[in-house]
Amino acid sequence: MADEIKKDTAAKVKVTIDGITTEVAPGTSIIEAARQIGGAVAPPAMCYYKSLEGSGGRCRTCLVEVTQGSAANPRPIPKLVASCRTSVEEGMVVKNITSERVLDARDGVVEFLLINHPLDCPICDQAGECDLQDLSYSHGNEGTRYKFVRRTFILEDIGPYIKLHMTRCILCYRCIHVADQITEKRIHGVMDRGDRAFISTYISRAIDNDFSGNMIDVCPVGALTDRTFRFKNRVWFTKPVYVHRDCENPKCCGKATAWMRGDEIFRVTTRDNEWGEVQIIDGEPAWICNTCRFEKKQVSDWVIEGPATVRKISVVNVNKYRNTIKPKETLMDVMGGLKPNLLMNIRSVSEVNDPDIKLSELNRPAIARDFDIANDIDNKIPENPGNAEKYNSELLKSSTKEN
Amino acid sequence: MTPFTNRSKPVDRRPMSLMEKIYVPAVVEGLAITFGHIFRRKPTIQFPEKQRVFGTAFRGLHVLNRDEEGRENCTACGLCAVACPAEAITMEAAERQPGEENLYREEKYAARYEINMLRCIFCGLCEEACPKDAIYLTETFTPSDYTRKQFIYTKEDLLIPHPVKEPEAYEKALGNKPKRIKQKDS
Repeated sequence: MADEIKKDTAAKVKVTIDGITTEVAPGTSIIEAARQIGGAVAPPAMCYYKSLEGSGGRCRTCLVEVTQGSAANPRPIPKLVASCRTSVEEGMVVKNITSERVLDARDGVVEFLLINHPLDCPICDQAGECDLQDLSYSHGNEGTRYKFVRRTFILEDIGPYIKLHMTRCILCYRCIHVADQITEKRIHGVMDRGDRAFISTYISRAIDNDFSGNMIDVCPVGALTDRTFRFKNRVWFTKPVYVHRDCENPKCCGKATAWMRGDEIFRVTTRDNEWGEVQIIDGEPAWICNTCRFEKKQVSDWVIEGPATVRKISVVNVNKYRNTIKPKETLMDVMGGLKPNLLMNIRSVSEVNDPDIKLSELNRPAIARDFDIANDIDNKIPENPGNAEKYNSELLKSSTKEN
Repeated sequence: MTPFTNRSKPVDRRPMSLMEKIYVPAVVEGLAITFGHIFRRKPTIQFPEKQRVFGTAFRGLHVLNRDEEGRENCTACGLCAVACPAEAITMEAAERQPGEENLYREEKYAARYEINMLRCIFCGLCEEACPKDAIYLTETFTPSDYTRKQFIYTKEDLLIPHPVKEPEAYEKALGNKPKRIKQKDS
């Protein structure tokens, strides 16, 4: 276990995963050892998050088969073990993708995870960078065998910046760990038990702790999404770039990924590593504060470093080219220096992506009146929630009006 | 010169016979062919009045579909735009507010949706990509206009008529294609 790390043993232990032998520090979990090898050898993880203490052991996606416990005791472990919660031993032999049992168990785990998960990827902001989506593509079935009523919840705004879709939640507890370890105070948690467990702020309190926005990034599904980005763009249409700024907050590293389209910053997130987890910069996980994440949506707020590294499997890579050579425009040469006659400027006709309407600067989802769509609904969304207190009072007002 | 193929024919340069010299038989022969065609089946049809039956795979103008209650199916998921090889489709999404449930089927909808018909190649990949049955390529195929800017089809141009308020226009716009697809699936 992670607690039993013996600090005095500097010697490394040998572990073989899928036939690849590597040397790791004693006390390392199997999943971390596998990640050091990299590639497909690393088991997928939904709840384990390296930078969050105590995470892991809940989702069972990272199950592996241990065919030899250690060099001293070469008997296999009869059951599959959770690789995030099992530390390596000298001479341990682990099978991940080479084991039929593991792949079969993982298929089952994915099926269980998807039992209550809605098929709303087309409207989910997480689609395209969703761990569960990737997992179900690689391990899931095409259809479902589940025939009972799925549990559903009413959408909830937990605070001015975070939208909670409890229906999508897989109860990985990552956000709880973020609230405990990174923010000052945790005001949300898991209510009830078993299949009735759900995440809530009990009762309708707003999460506005600084650094609480990091919950959005650690969420492996679309249960917690950014309200300032909500529905404004799909992730694969935006372009991730590494940016930094001098943040006044001493705990905030100020290094982030800005998801841009044109000159607009639609969303700011932490920088992700190849496992979809926050990068470690200068020995510390690079969490960002809520000011950086939600309020700095101008290009002038940030210093752009360059394009972000995106995981190779990610759909975000679509239509993004690097080091391309643009072919030379030969029309002018052929026409003796005459410029081609522009027959129509699409900008003058198209209403989409109107340069006068900057959706990225709205700190709430876009609604009909932002597009001047006439309908006679009195929109209850406060124009500028600003802080949670004001936002909650507005919500209260609108709910009392209904009653 | 040696011929390149065995199909070449040497020109007949013999002097014409009497029958050939008087021309009339050749003229009659030609007219017989011409008048013979009058009684054959016409390969053309009188287009606007008569219309051909389309093949099952015919891909015409797009339509944005509504469900049976008249709510818009499109959720602006962007899959048609990312599937489009001509990059003709653009959209912007908005959040459905309380009170708008009769307008849009899901909590997210396309506030703006445009297809640049000058770019569109009618490949039908948008239809294939759509997870919500929202976009269909119908059997309407004769868009023509005097200016280019008329070919930027907005959501108003693409949206199918309301099935409850205007059932006849809805049926007409729907054509046979979605019905055929449904029959095939069931």
